[in-house]
Amino acid sequence: MAAIPIRDCVRLHSSSGTTGNSTVVLHSAKDLEAWANQVARCMYMVGIRDTDIFQNTSRYGMFTGGLGFQYGAERLGALTVPTAAGNTKRQIKFIRDFGTTCLHIIPSYATRLAEVMQEEGIDPRKDTQLKIICIGAEPHLEEQRKRIEQLLDVKAYNCFGMSEMNGPGVAFECTEQNGLHIWEDYVLVEVIDPDTLEPVPDGEIGELVLTTLNREAMPLIRYRTRDLTCILTGECACGRTHKRISRFQGRSDDMIILKGVNLFPIQVEKILMNFKELGSNYLITLETINNNDEMLIEVELSELFTDDFGVLQRLEKEITRQLKDKLLVTPRLKLVGKGSLPVQEGKAVRVKDRRTFN
Amino acid sequence: MTINQIFVFLENKYGKLNEVLGVLAKEQIRIIAATVADTTEFGILRLIVSNPQQAFRILKENQISANLTEVLTICTDSAAGSFARTLSYFTQAGINIEYMYCFSVTAKSILVIRTNNYEAAREVIRRQNLDCVSESNLMNL
Repeated sequence: MAAIPIRDCVRLHSSSGTTGNSTVVLHSAKDLEAWANQVARCMYMVGIRDTDIFQNTSRYGMFTGGLGFQYGAERLGALTVPTAAGNTKRQIKFIRDFGTTCLHIIPSYATRLAEVMQEEGIDPRKDTQLKIICIGAEPHLEEQRKRIEQLLDVKAYNCFGMSEMNGPGVAFECTEQNGLHIWEDYVLVEVIDPDTLEPVPDGEIGELVLTTLNREAMPLIRYRTRDLTCILTGECACGRTHKRISRFQGRSDDMIILKGVNLFPIQVEKILMNFKELGSNYLITLETINNNDEMLIEVELSELFTDDFGVLQRLEKEITRQLKDKLLVTPRLKLVGKGSLPVQEGKAVRVKDRRTFN
Repeated sequence: MTINQIFVFLENKYGKLNEVLGVLAKEQIRIIAATVADTTEFGILRLIVSNPQQAFRILKENQISANLTEVLTICTDSAAGSFARTLSYFTQAGINIEYMYCFSVTAKSILVIRTNNYEAAREVIRRQNLDCVSESNLMNL
């Protein structure tokens, strides 16, 4: 898949899907250099400087949000605190101990962080130096941004990226917070009607299609992102002339984005169908519980084969374990009786998104 | 010595138990004993009914997750110590009891026992000459 010899490639990343849908992207040294510059440019745009202390709460490793921001922040010259994901109390301790001023964080985790601070009696206004946070990797609404800004007393900027296009830094909000500048010296931007495949006029919603302009190891031509957006018309008050795209309006396929992890209902289905104890009807509900985005999977039993609780609970555990291994997020699993989920006719509705954004 | 017990998967959902009972009531199935075991997410309803095969068929027709399982039904008198004595025979024979419940009819107590070793349990019943309720006698309880 590489356009250059593999010996000239220095890193590979894989998209968050780990099953059949995962996408591997190779990078040359020059590609990584360009990516770091791109992320540094985004961070500079929102006001982050070499005097700042930048804490990255993203997972490192194959997920591009870790190393992508790491190299960008180092290129910018900020002092980086690579805490990686998880352990909220430790995150808060580092924010306070190191005087962290900027964060990269997924939106649902930002509200969780604020909540834990509140529980611990920490006032972000007085007890931390936080001022700028970059939120992304998860769909969110303007209301959620406002809430995060208010809870943590920061400015929060929406960032967009995908591992196929390096990772974070493809498009980023400026301080106007009105659309994301997409870097036209890195990608050629098109927005098309996903059905007719014809370009749509600026201002109209369609699927974002990108062509890389300077990538060595894996150039992509007219890559269909499946993300729905539109090109905003008019000039941005910040003075930058790179086109702006709107906040994402959804997907042209059925991909679910949960806690920065991309997954498809079919991945869930494949695992469930391995269990003969289960029927074929299932429903995925995405919901917000205590400011945390969670996935509930309800699945019908086929025939009720046992009245032994131990057996049923072991079954629940085993299904959950397999789902967690494949999906990288831990779902809440609920076995339900046969016939208790809505009967699917025609194109099955497998996903209900009940996530709230405030 | 054993009879068929119905068990039904119950989601932890308002009105679910009543829905199941309603289906059986409509078809004139008599419920002789009932018990619900529950976790936070679901419960299992166990029923001794007048006609287990028919009840099972009705539940199936109504798309309710149910099945049949074998249980022992042993009759004792309701005097103090009867229950303990009966169970002690099984304990002495090294038989595990997975679950049990009991119900009373007039002066009789009926112990419903689920075990993982029916062969050994039958042997105990024969040796101790315990009084069992058969499926055909259910209606006359």
